[in-house]
Amino acid sequence: MKRDGDMMLSTPKIKSSGIIVEYDGKRALHGIDLDIYPNEVTALIGPSGCGKSTFLRCINRMNDVIDNCKVSGRLMIDDTDVYDPEIDVVELRARVGMVFQKPNPFPKSIYDNVAYGPRIHGLTENKDDMDRIVKKSLKRAGLWDEVSERLDDKALGLSGGQQQRLCIARAIAVNPDILLMDEPCSALDPIATSIIEELINELRERFTIVIVTHSMQQAARVSQKTGYFHLGNIIEYGETNDIFTRPQNEQTEAYISGRIG
Amino acid sequence: MTDQATQTAQSKHLKKRYRAEKRFKFFGLAAICSAAGILLVLLGGLTQMSIPAFTHHYVTLDIAIPETIIQAEQVTDLAAMRKVNWRGMVRQSLRNEFPEVTDRRGKRAIGNLLSGGAGDALRDKVLIDPTIIGSTVAVALPLSDDVDLLLKDLIDRSLPEENRVISDRELTFIDHLEAADRIDRRIAWFLFTSGDSREAEMAGLRSAAVGTLLTMLVTLLFSFPLGVMAAIYLEEIAPKNRLTDLIEVNINNLAAVPSIVFGLLGLAVFINFFHLPRSAPLVGGMVLALMTLPTIIIATRAALAAVPPSIREAALGVGASPIQVIFHHVLPLAMPGILTGTIIGLAQAAGETAPLLMIGMMAFIVDTPMWIDDKATVLPAQIYMWANNPERAFQAKTAAGIICLMVFLLLMNALAIYLRKKYEKRW
Repeated sequence: MKRDGDMMLSTPKIKSSGIIVEYDGKRALHGIDLDIYPNEVTALIGPSGCGKSTFLRCINRMNDVIDNCKVSGRLMIDDTDVYDPEIDVVELRARVGMVFQKPNPFPKSIYDNVAYGPRIHGLTENKDDMDRIVKKSLKRAGLWDEVSERLDDKALGLSGGQQQRLCIARAIAVNPDILLMDEPCSALDPIATSIIEELINELRERFTIVIVTHSMQQAARVSQKTGYFHLGNIIEYGETNDIFTRPQNEQTEAYISGRIG
Repeated sequence: MTDQATQTAQSKHLKKRYRAEKRFKFFGLAAICSAAGILLVLLGGLTQMSIPAFTHHYVTLDIAIPETIIQAEQVTDLAAMRKVNWRGMVRQSLRNEFPEVTDRRGKRAIGNLLSGGAGDALRDKVLIDPTIIGSTVAVALPLSDDVDLLLKDLIDRSLPEENRVISDRELTFIDHLEAADRIDRRIAWFLFTSGDSREAEMAGLRSAAVGTLLTMLVTLLFSFPLGVMAAIYLEEIAPKNRLTDLIEVNINNLAAVPSIVFGLLGLAVFINFFHLPRSAPLVGGMVLALMTLPTIIIATRAALAAVPPSIREAALGVGASPIQVIFHHVLPLAMPGILTGTIIGLAQAAGETAPLLMIGMMAFIVDTPMWIDDKATVLPAQIYMWANNPERAFQAKTAAGIICLMVFLLLMNALAIYLRKKYEKRW
């Protein structure tokens, strides 16, 4: 576990400064300043409607597809300005993978689900290479042993937890640096959840992970840093250990101890 | 209120609710039953009416075809074939059956027992097999529509002669032929193999059916890509603003425009302005395509909107461009719905007559159209024209035409269901 001082030393992977999001002129985020560090799991917690998912979707510009949604401020990934009009959103999303709340595999075969990303990004033309990418991605997502015999089966025939791991495999198949997870376990049972949590812990070595979660236990279990959102503001951000054991802010403390939420 | 009173009130309310549910179920069942009953009566009546049209009576005669009339090698020569008096030949052979009749009127009456198309039957036989020239062959010749109706018991023999289309003398001729076992009832293949005709017994659906097929082809080729593309643009790509709202309202209104208006538009724009051929499936198909467009657009938009947003998010999340999201994921998932909408639109168009009236497709067409710029008519128009004919034989023809149109539509729907299932299996 890192100490407080280290936070300032390493360079942040994602640097958000003054991110404001407006839906139809109504502010959902009031200027978020947040640094997210590489090879760590950063958990975003807070009550419903606090803007944590909205912030997550800013990172790979998924808010672009929502009509009347306006994002201002500055969000840097490494040295790239995400909201630079010159930037290619498709390329950005290849660097920033996303896993959604409900498992949403394509209604295709397991193989095609994983191969879709590499295929559209032209990562390989070669069947053998593609097989390798699919195998590697499924292995990393901890799904390979369960599906290696039936790659051509429909993805929708898998269980909920398997589907969610397939979605993770699909996201990492295009070799991103960052993985965004929007409440990835909220539709899963406790066993499937613990498998995914273990997986997140392993994936941390290769990816920078930002996870939005409703479960504080989950945040405490999987993350190294935690940010507490409330009504479109980031109230407190720091080492997960500190946030959960000695929160600086009253609101944070109230939420964590279950008095508000 | 006491607990007891509350309970009785509750159980009363519950009973009332059950009764209402039962009543509703009964009404639903009654509606379905009456609809099915009406359909059954309609279909039953039509089928019964159409049955006589599917068979026809033929008289078999031995006809000598002398080489002096035509040579075997001349068979392919249209002009030479046309010079031969086939009609006279068949009439003469029938007269030979009655050597005792010598007066002009009697001879003519005998000749009139045969259909006007009987000569063609002989000609066709020679065309198929020229080697029969120079010999005597047995040929089955169609009888006239009135004789046919009489033999089908659709004309009452007991009526006084002046009220009957067939005279007493003609009756004796027919009875004579029947007694000699020369007359038999056959399946009326010409109903499907020949075009329209003034002679009720010779009229067929072929030209109209081919005309319908060609028209539908044009309609499909114009309306499907246009409709689907328009729907994709409006639903997936276009920004939501006043202009697109206006377009949407207009498309919905277009679906309710009377079809004759589309016919007028076709006449004014396609024929008078662009000088496209009149009475052709090309123009007919284009007019019907305009009519079908709103149906396809509305159905396609509904099908696109029904694709779960999670699929779009998933595809966007792995870095698909908006167009890739549409063509790789949304469109294939919406395809069954789109196909259903298209088929419904096409079936509607196939049964349409009013717009085609304006562009001259309500026409007497004997020759089968070969391509989309030939003169043609369509099945519903053909049915309408037959229904307008005074000859009694056309009544059965009309019913048979309706049955054929319905079978045509049924086949189209079957094709749609097959395609849908096939598409769905890919997923």
